[in-house]
Amino acid sequence: MLEVSDLGCVRGERTLFGGLEFTLEPGTLLRVAGRNGSGKTSLLRILCGLALPARGEVRWRGEPIRALREEFHRQLVYIGHAPAVKDDLTARENLEIACALGGAPVDGGTAASALDRVGLREHAGLPARFLSQGQRRRVSLARLAAAGDSRLWILDEPFTALDTIAIGVVQEMIAGHLDAGGAVIFTSHQEVAVATVSVFTIELGG
Amino acid sequence: MFRVMRVVIGRDLLLAMRRRSDVANALLFFIIVASLFPLGVGPEPNLLRTIAPGVIWVAALLASMLALGRMFASDYADGTLEQMLLASAPLGWIVVGKAIAHWLVSGLPLVVLAPVLALQFDLATDALVVMMVSLVLGTPSLTLIGAIGAALTLGVRGSGVLTSLLVLPLYVPVLIMGTGAVDAAAGGVTVQAHLLLLAAFLVFAGAFAPWAAAAALRISLD
Repeated sequence: MLEVSDLGCVRGERTLFGGLEFTLEPGTLLRVAGRNGSGKTSLLRILCGLALPARGEVRWRGEPIRALREEFHRQLVYIGHAPAVKDDLTARENLEIACALGGAPVDGGTAASALDRVGLREHAGLPARFLSQGQRRRVSLARLAAAGDSRLWILDEPFTALDTIAIGVVQEMIAGHLDAGGAVIFTSHQEVAVATVSVFTIELGG
Repeated sequence: MFRVMRVVIGRDLLLAMRRRSDVANALLFFIIVASLFPLGVGPEPNLLRTIAPGVIWVAALLASMLALGRMFASDYADGTLEQMLLASAPLGWIVVGKAIAHWLVSGLPLVVLAPVLALQFDLATDALVVMMVSLVLGTPSLTLIGAIGAALTLGVRGSGVLTSLLVLPLYVPVLIMGTGAVDAAAGGVTVQAHLLLLAAFLVFAGAFAPWAAAAALRISLD
């Protein structure tokens, strides 16, 4: 699905990584590991097209993602470092707008069940300003439960600020997505066990 | 494509509704700046009538520039802008949506308030009508051009001042044509040429500014 060839990233004067090559097949889970500052987030931003690589190319089904752009975005869910949650909107409005922007609008029922899945049933109508750090994180992760037919999930530290129950829910959602033939790339400091499949790991920065 | 644009417009209007004070600040600024001039130059009716178009236009210009900071900065800070770059519609259309919503909350009220301010300057009725038409045609151009500046200065320290330095020179044609139209109306000359030029400028800005702003956003977020 996703092919990466000879990818290199330079930040300032420093080469973060170079000559990175891999191919991601449907149903695979890829974990990007590495020390702080080894370029994990930079790699994810390059993979989803937010940042330009210094060298190399990322291709989606044979086409460079720069050329595909919106067509690629429709099949992608990216959850970055920042939760992308608006303080003045309710959890539910945040979810609905995020899904509509991503090209998979949800109706009220789907949104409610997605929020229910991440344990925010009682907070759906509350402005995000009143939610805790972990709850905001859950609002953005609720998008995974409402993601429709997206193929590729790119998740930057999805487990930070979550309690063990929520981590379990996210792992379940990832497992379900992989079973349905999707692919997931994520960064995480802790080893995460997703039952059904083996995890491939890329270790950045020696 | 238009669905995503509608979502963006609805979202930004909703956010503006929830943060009414931000919107009100720029409008109060407009009123206060335009009211300082009659107090400063004194109550000489002829003089006030002469300076009215320029003062109101400059105040509108500054007020719409003041509001530019709201356009992308908060979306940039909380990460929602990243999601817009990864949206299923071209970024240019999203910028168009944001510009429309931004004009509705910060440009349109200027047009509506202008007659009230014009009272202080004893502006004739026909000149007042032309003033409003020129503002309707001119302020969207200000928003569109300003979007480029706001996008370029995202995440830069002291971005407010930098935006004004980038954007104000580009506002000059709109200012000249806008005040020119009102002056012409006050002098009893035909205003068509000025208004058509303003409209042409708006078409030009509408066609190019969103794409330039989109490119600037991509650079800012790289």
